[in-house]
Amino acid sequence: MPVNGRVGALCGVLLLALAGCNKQAGRGGNAATATGDIVVGEYASLSGTKADFGITTTNGVALAADKINAAGGLLGRKIVLKKEDDQGDASQVGTVVTRFVTGDRVDCVIGEVASKLSKRAAPICQKAKTPMITPSSTNPEVTRIGDYIFRACFTDPFQGGVLARFALTTLHAKRAAVLRDVSNDYSVGLADFFVREFKRQGGVITVDKSCSEGDDNFRPQLTAIAASKPDVILAPVYYREIALIARQAKETGVKAPLLGGDGWDSPNVLELAGGALDGCYMSNHYSEAQGGPIIQKFVADYQAKFHTKPNALAALGYDAMNMYAEAVKRAGSADKAKVRDELAATRGFKGVTGTITMDADRNAVKDAVILQAKGGRFVYVATVKPVGGAEPAGK
Amino acid sequence: MRPSGAFLTGAAILAAAAVISALQVTRVALDPTVYRLMVLAGVNVTLAVSLNMVNGFTGQFSLGHAAFMGIGVYTTVFLVDRWGPAVYAAIPGPAGFRQVAVLLLLAVVGGAVAAAGGLLVGLPSLRLRGDYLAIVTLGFGEILRVFIQNVEVLGASRGYNITHTEVTPPTDALFFWVAALALAAVMVSRNLMMSGPGRAFLAVREDEIAAEAVGVNAYRAKVLAFVISAAFAGMAGVLSVTYNTYADPSIQSIGFLKSIEVVLMVVLGGLGSVSGAVMCAGIITVLPELLRSIDQYRMVVYSLMLILLMLGRPQGIFGTRELSWDRLRRRKAASTPRQ
Amino acid sequence: MTDLAKHIVDGAMFGSLYALIALGYTMVYGVLRLINFAHGDVFMVGAYSGLFAAGWLGVDSAPAPWKTAAILIYAMVVCMLLGLVIERVAYRPLRNAPRLTALITAIGVSLLLENGGQLLWSATPRSFPDLIPAGPARPFIVMGCALAMAVGLELFVKRTRTGRAMRAVSQDKDAASLMGIPVDRIISVTFAIGSALAAAAAVLYSSVNPSVNPTMGLLLGLKAFVAAVIGGIGSLPGALMGGLILGLSEELISAYGASSYRDAIAFTLLIVILVFRPSGLLGRGVAEKV
Repeated sequence: MPVNGRVGALCGVLLLALAGCNKQAGRGGNAATATGDIVVGEYASLSGTKADFGITTTNGVALAADKINAAGGLLGRKIVLKKEDDQGDASQVGTVVTRFVTGDRVDCVIGEVASKLSKRAAPICQKAKTPMITPSSTNPEVTRIGDYIFRACFTDPFQGGVLARFALTTLHAKRAAVLRDVSNDYSVGLADFFVREFKRQGGVITVDKSCSEGDDNFRPQLTAIAASKPDVILAPVYYREIALIARQAKETGVKAPLLGGDGWDSPNVLELAGGALDGCYMSNHYSEAQGGPIIQKFVADYQAKFHTKPNALAALGYDAMNMYAEAVKRAGSADKAKVRDELAATRGFKGVTGTITMDADRNAVKDAVILQAKGGRFVYVATVKPVGGAEPAGK
Repeated sequence: MRPSGAFLTGAAILAAAAVISALQVTRVALDPTVYRLMVLAGVNVTLAVSLNMVNGFTGQFSLGHAAFMGIGVYTTVFLVDRWGPAVYAAIPGPAGFRQVAVLLLLAVVGGAVAAAGGLLVGLPSLRLRGDYLAIVTLGFGEILRVFIQNVEVLGASRGYNITHTEVTPPTDALFFWVAALALAAVMVSRNLMMSGPGRAFLAVREDEIAAEAVGVNAYRAKVLAFVISAAFAGMAGVLSVTYNTYADPSIQSIGFLKSIEVVLMVVLGGLGSVSGAVMCAGIITVLPELLRSIDQYRMVVYSLMLILLMLGRPQGIFGTRELSWDRLRRRKAASTPRQ
Repeated sequence: MTDLAKHIVDGAMFGSLYALIALGYTMVYGVLRLINFAHGDVFMVGAYSGLFAAGWLGVDSAPAPWKTAAILIYAMVVCMLLGLVIERVAYRPLRNAPRLTALITAIGVSLLLENGGQLLWSATPRSFPDLIPAGPARPFIVMGCALAMAVGLELFVKRTRTGRAMRAVSQDKDAASLMGIPVDRIISVTFAIGSALAAAAAVLYSSVNPSVNPTMGLLLGLKAFVAAVIGGIGSLPGALMGGLILGLSEELISAYGASSYRDAIAFTLLIVILVFRPSGLLGRGVAEKV
């Protein structure tokens, strides 16, 4: 039948045309060499439910890289950023990062924000002996995977403790309910560390409910939480979920304020929550209100380039890129093993998010800030320093 | 006696796979991206060929095939870190031999558990036809996924990283086993077509009631098809997770979306055609890499392809025909002038 | 209100939304014997249409009723047209093809809508305005709307000529065409109505769960189909009953058991029903002629 033949031919032409499309793209031409450009592979969630994380982080990294290149490059060599979208999916992370280290043979990998995704990438980078810096994954297990894995931020044992102590001492909360996202290592880890510290200091956990990333309806859990009459509710979830949870908490008649971690940090979270998050608190890596010349310059540069204010994730991306650059300068080359050693030896690096010193587990020992949502913005409340200079050991 | 064409082809493929694996293990030649694609393609070929046994030969519509792969994946996840080292130590011989032995054991167990799953899924086929069976197979797949997401020791919804990777062959040597499994699936398919049970499958596809009328036990045929195909899918899952060293119970790796991808391979190649399934498994594996520059359009292209295909050429590329040496020889003979 | 009562009301609310979507499935299956996989994605397009309409009207929260009605009608019209186009382009040419082919085409359309949506509107979830203000009245308003539409549909099918034609076509397509019924047109009408109902369900659903994204229809659509099967496919009251059962089960499991098992409820119920009562709760057993 002529119609069938035509449609079949159309199919074939479509296929061929698309296969041909890729010829110009070129592949693997950016394999790093000893004198050419320094290639940094960036894997980030640029689409999906965590897109804000990826977009803000890559902005920060790009800002840092551009400044270095404008000032003559790193050891005279240009930094080339290879940015890939992992869509917030762990399987995609595997594909993308494998391509970075085996195909493109990058000098360094930067990423991710969500700990679950960093945990997926770390073994791949470790096996390929390529340094990986996660700007904002806070779950302690990420860096435990190997000595080529670094992070530019604090870890969740610290963050959980910060939130627990804030709840007990500043909010005078004795009873806390927990709503954790069981599909993310970050949430489960942070919840566990909070619970441990809260109970250790005499608090009571009323209920511990679970949800998943991507859920739309949290009312069943919130109804149960409300019934347990907590003083405060820990919801260490990501921004899309907290927006929905906050709205539904108001509907369900929940009075206690919500408490969360840096996973809430998105430029749109307060708008998505429509005012329901007002009065709630989050811990984060940095706040513009902390002031100082480094922060002010960063905010000004970021605004000039992206026409919007940076958030903590952007700041961490910026710091991660600069941390790598400093290590390369100290090593005198982009050789991966040498850079790894220098990264591990980072001491007193003055970043936007604080002074970064790598501890024995390749984690940064830094301050945390507490912010409160008020009138459409997050307002700075306090800075919390690590107890005794180092956070409590992980589990 | 001249060895048959099929035997020679199979031997040639296996030999090539052995050479590639040897080269890979000694770090010569192959671009890692190409190698990864080949392993992926091999796994997909096994999945497509095994699904073809159910959808193509027996005419049943299974939408949950990826779940059987998932069973193989998670059986491995459960066993390899827990008992892998002990089993590895208990086997005598050089390291390479021990690794292969562990892998084969995992494959056997994974395949067996998956086959049991296939039995479970095939059972309702007594009472259910067509669309309903399709939805039930889909349902089984999703129930399995939700179950895995709730079991902590399997990594739950956060995914699982295999730690004891030394008890199985290194990823660079895995292509040989992937190719061997794919080849086995193809051989079983072809032999099945000629055998008694295979004829029963085809009879059930053509007209179930007529088949029953001539004494074919349709129910047993359908269940058998599910069991065999599930076993192969399970083994493919074992190899796949050994290669990736990571398991993830998401909809696109062992759920509905992956099942659809395998259905696409079989339908594109032609329901019932083994060569079609093999070719299209390869095409569909490679296509994302070729289309990477327009990656965001890829899925739109797939879906358009699917629709156009069904509208224009629903029998797929091969229909129910197969690629074979005999056919090529015959065609050549037909085109040479008679003496 | 006690907790249990609250859960029951919420479960019934979601159940009524499942029912609205299930009605579309059951009608199409009745006339075409086709599981319209794309139905859930038509639902998704309805949600986005509502979102855009709300944007044009400048609606943010608790708007005037006429604005809500306008948004609803706009979404329903858009989806009606979409349903008609899909039927005409993708399904009608396959009217006489094997069922498998049509099923695969339906899957193709579903994937096309989802991925097209991701391309056009990005996969990042968007916030839907608060059309029905939260409060104790809300579940009842939603249920009321859903019930009104379901009753309207039932009346249409039972009392009008077109409705009677629809029933005829679903009983026996060829006999109906021999009787002079314009089968093609009736099938188009069926699609149009089903799609409109899905759009209405989408606007209502998004007002309650204000997060829309291009893949929201995938799982919801499947569950609604399961609801239709539980109630007895081809039966309108069955779709309602199936929807309610599913909505209540999911809510109660989330509240008193582990919410992470919620997605398995639908399929477990499906398998149980199909094994013990394949024609569904309110369906009629159909004898197979040899």
